[in-house]
Amino acid sequence: MAGSVRKRGERGPLASIGLHGTLVVASVVAVFPVLWVLLTSLKPAKDAISTDFVKDPTFDNYRYLVEETSFFTWFGNSVMVAAVTTVLGVFIAATTGYAVSRFRFPGMRPLMWTLLVTQMFPMAILIVPLYNLMGQLGLLNQPVGLIITYLTIAVPFCAWMMKGFFDTIPVEIDESGRVDGLNPFGTFWRLILPLAKPGLAVTAFYSFITAWGEVAYASAFMVGDENLTLAGGLQTFVTQYTANWGPMTAASVLIAIPAAAFFLFAQRHLVAGMTAGATKG
Amino acid sequence: MAAHTSQSVAKAAGEDDLARGRSRRTGSRTEGSSGRNRPGLGQVISKHWYAWAMVAPVVLVLGVIIGWPLVRGIYLSLTDANERNVARTIGVNEIPATYEFVGLDNYTAVLADPVFLQRLVWTVTWTVACVSVTFTLGLVLANMLNRSFRGRSFYRMALILPWAVPGFVSVFAWRFLFNRDNGILNKVLEGGGIAAVPWLDDPTWAKLSVITVNVWLGVPFMMVALLGGLQSIPGELYEAAEMDGASAWQRFRHITLPGLRTVSMTVILLSTIWTFNMFPVIFLLTRGGPGDATEILVTQAFREAFVESPRDFAGSATWGVLILALLMIFALVYKRSLRKQGEVW
Repeated sequence: MAGSVRKRGERGPLASIGLHGTLVVASVVAVFPVLWVLLTSLKPAKDAISTDFVKDPTFDNYRYLVEETSFFTWFGNSVMVAAVTTVLGVFIAATTGYAVSRFRFPGMRPLMWTLLVTQMFPMAILIVPLYNLMGQLGLLNQPVGLIITYLTIAVPFCAWMMKGFFDTIPVEIDESGRVDGLNPFGTFWRLILPLAKPGLAVTAFYSFITAWGEVAYASAFMVGDENLTLAGGLQTFVTQYTANWGPMTAASVLIAIPAAAFFLFAQRHLVAGMTAGATKG
Repeated sequence: MAAHTSQSVAKAAGEDDLARGRSRRTGSRTEGSSGRNRPGLGQVISKHWYAWAMVAPVVLVLGVIIGWPLVRGIYLSLTDANERNVARTIGVNEIPATYEFVGLDNYTAVLADPVFLQRLVWTVTWTVACVSVTFTLGLVLANMLNRSFRGRSFYRMALILPWAVPGFVSVFAWRFLFNRDNGILNKVLEGGGIAAVPWLDDPTWAKLSVITVNVWLGVPFMMVALLGGLQSIPGELYEAAEMDGASAWQRFRHITLPGLRTVSMTVILLSTIWTFNMFPVIFLLTRGGPGDATEILVTQAFREAFVESPRDFAGSATWGVLILALLMIFALVYKRSLRKQGEVW
């Protein structure tokens, strides 16, 4: 140990440079594609392919979107579908996760397996039969059809995470609730759920992102300008204005904003929630 | 993982209704010897109806939306259904389905076709490459973010950003960057005097490009999960190791890696399944092209049913069932190998 003595956990200047250097590079790689789209959306449409970072900033692309396309209708549809999916998804995942975490009942292990196996289903095998089924139930072109489909994607993973999360909450809390005369639903609703807020935030984030960003089902099930969600709407857009990057980038930014906002709200809990969820599987 | 569950079971072993799973199996012998018989149906219902009521919504939704289509998909794979012979409505005429049961013909046809092996090899390569690179990068970044230094939360936000942006938007952003004539990547290379790279137009480059994009999309999830795992490793372990003179590498090798085992196993399993079935990245970035260079099994199945004409529903379903079978075999093998190492879930 020549020279000054370093405290535990303290880094030398070289290590510090290495750490920050690596993180800066990684952050740039992570942020750049998104940032580039944002910058492009603020350029005049004819300059979309220029490599200048900023060039005659303008909101023309956004004005075009709002005035010339049904963007806001699609946006509203997407918000509705994603919001309902999130609320229902979190609720269903929480009850399932709680049941699997606290009770041992016949059919529990097969249920856990089913939740895992549903992750393996290629949407390619389900989409044709599901399309027929939705047609028979009269749910094609209805937001309800999409919501139910998205629940099947989001809930299995969320239920798994919630189970892990509930596992970290001491069983004694349930017991004390039961002693005080609450039934299992009351215990769950009044005692355990408030303690599981970080887990709920993570599952809400996951459900929202799933519903907000899904493409295949959305474009297969919804037709007609006024029924489309953003994923489908954007596709009609691509075929109409193939080379028109400007409005496309503006649309991308507007689509990314709600997701990013939701993410900011949830991210405080993300690490804590994943710890419990992922470590216990 | 195993330790945790058994602990909570032990804690709650006296409880009547709570946490009886493993205690039932381990305790059944003692119960049996005390002469108690199997409970009657009414007893079972009154005891478990809470739990069943709570899982009912999931079971219902999964059963209707996944169970039925799955059964139907498997059935379709045993027929010769295509666009021309399924039930359909043309104008006012309703044409009934005329496709027939053909047994395993579709499977023998697909498996005998060299295309299957070609797709399988690329799909496995793609999955292994994506998962291993994503995991390594996620692990490195999580380890960095797990230290305390200034600007940590800023870095964390920046690094998680790709997760917060909807997938189809990110893929669009990457297409924009990869654009051969006007994309910024090639412009920058040109500025440096390097010839433009055909990112998405050359089979090898296209393969590297789709892997890059998928890694970019996947790292945040991996990083957050592993960061969570790192934070659950007690700091005392590191202190003790340092006292004993363990080097940084030794601490990483003997404390960090074992401490991350359970998280890693879960995220590797999940991300393998997700990557294997990663439809949007390939489809939106290259449509399986150039030619069929980046076509994975899932996009192949989609192509049979929705792109090629006549649409071959039976063929598509066959590919789908084969994918499902491969993944289930993988999950079983994975689970068995974990169990051999003493892990149970």
